[in-house]
Amino acid sequence: MKEYYILTAKDFYDGLREDKIFGLRCKECGQITCPPLPTCQWCGSKDLEKTELSGMGEILTFTLIDVSPEGFEPHYIICMVKLDEGPTIMGRLDYDAEKATVKNERSQELIGMKVKASHVVLPADVYSGGEKIVPLFKAL
Amino acid sequence: MRDVAIIGTGQTRFGRWDKSNTELFCDAALEAMEEANVDQKDIEALYAGAVFPTFEEGQCNIGGHLVESLHLGNIPATRFEGACCSATIAIRDAYMWVASGFYDIVLAGGTERALLMGTSLATKTFAMAGDCKYEGNAGITFPGMFAMAARRYSKIYDIPLDKLREKMAHVSIKNHKHGALNPLAQFYQKMGNLKVEDVINSRMICDPLTLMDCCPFSDGGAAAIIASADIARRYTDEPIYILGAGQGSAGHLGAQEDMTKPASRVFSSRSAFKQAGLGPKDIDIMEIHDCFTSAEIIASEAIGFFDWGKGADAVEEGQTDIGGRPVVNPDGGLMGKGHPIGATGAAQVHTIAEEMKGRAPKGNQVDPVPEIGMTDTLGGGFNTLAHLILGRSRR
Ligand SMILES: [Zn+2]
Repeated sequence: MKEYYILTAKDFYDGLREDKIFGLRCKECGQITCPPLPTCQWCGSKDLEKTELSGMGEILTFTLIDVSPEGFEPHYIICMVKLDEGPTIMGRLDYDAEKATVKNERSQELIGMKVKASHVVLPADVYSGGEKIVPLFKAL
Repeated sequence: MRDVAIIGTGQTRFGRWDKSNTELFCDAALEAMEEANVDQKDIEALYAGAVFPTFEEGQCNIGGHLVESLHLGNIPATRFEGACCSATIAIRDAYMWVASGFYDIVLAGGTERALLMGTSLATKTFAMAGDCKYEGNAGITFPGMFAMAARRYSKIYDIPLDKLREKMAHVSIKNHKHGALNPLAQFYQKMGNLKVEDVINSRMICDPLTLMDCCPFSDGGAAAIIASADIARRYTDEPIYILGAGQGSAGHLGAQEDMTKPASRVFSSRSAFKQAGLGPKDIDIMEIHDCFTSAEIIASEAIGFFDWGKGADAVEEGQTDIGGRPVVNPDGGLMGKGHPIGATGAAQVHTIAEEMKGRAPKGNQVDPVPEIGMTDTLGGGFNTLAHLILGRSRR
């Protein structure tokens, strides 16, 4: 049977462990899909090739998590980052937590900040099927 | 497609219960069956929303146990799971199977015991409704998603965050005001007179959302009897007709173009409007999925009641309070009434039906009795959306 995934979640995680963000370039529309899917997230084509992205992007939005899920230690910042190559991914933000709260009148200025991806390894839990490898963004 | 009606509804009190998911579902189902005057042998299928019965009490495959408890013979029973949208997709499927002519009467509803999990595990399981690899593993939570949506909304529409938080607080104030007057609500006789400061200064959950920006974890059940319109009047003098139904889907948040303009909700609500031949201006009463204050505002725009970026002003000005139009969440919504996630959509339907029969609780009842109502139910990070448009009159 043919396997349709050019890049699996495991491949993506393995890249992240080396601070690399892998995506897929669409041979039909030229746009980038990230995180991986078997089809182009923009046009639906299956004609994709693996590509390493710059890991650079800008923050679209963020939140400081004060009440965390079981197995996670508060307080940490979650952010959405629009990568320079086009797609948007979720990750953690390595930043002073106090400055990411409403107590900081200028906290909204974090939106638009340029960041670059590295990674953080979080321990496995019963449901995660192994360690959790999460993009960790740092201010440039 | 045949016309379809709701001939009976039921809802348990929402809050903390020492009853199993099966017991909560059956309490609501028996109430709905009694109202509809249906015999057990009249019901041909059972569709139940239940999201985490496995985590809550070690129960999967709940359908057969519901059928046995209700003595419905050996009819097919199917569990529907679309996170917090589960009961609405169960009712939508019941509607379609009856509309198609395959069944004449289906029992649909939902149940949940989220409080049994405690805050830490409940927060974990709710987060499982996002993409496990690319969202859940990062440690995002549902209030976290709507906290990010609030910051994005503030940025896009250039509303200073402290101003937006004040506007958002009015969602909590309005819905708790209504919930405090609803005997079935988790916060009945509680928090009916909140001030903006009470919301903004309560404990931070996911900055900038405080505890009072969030709905609670809840236990409860709700159900509805769905029947062919042709036979509905054999059972009730007050059938409530299903005029339109929609459902939509989307993947992880990053793949969605704009989390303040959820495309899955636009798709689902437009589908429902198109089928009903109606538009947002026709809706008298609306049950919106107000899991968080920012969520109600975003929904009110995506369904089409207000222009993009104007929903926050609308709630602050009282346009969605009783006396405004459309009235949004006169029963307290998820925030005041509670949010047993597997049951929520069926409880929204219960409220619209009660309002249309003029027997909603004092302080919840809309006057004059609403003719056209709508429900909006959200599962996950806009991953599952469903809408139902209900009317007192057949098309
Ligand atoms: Zn493409």
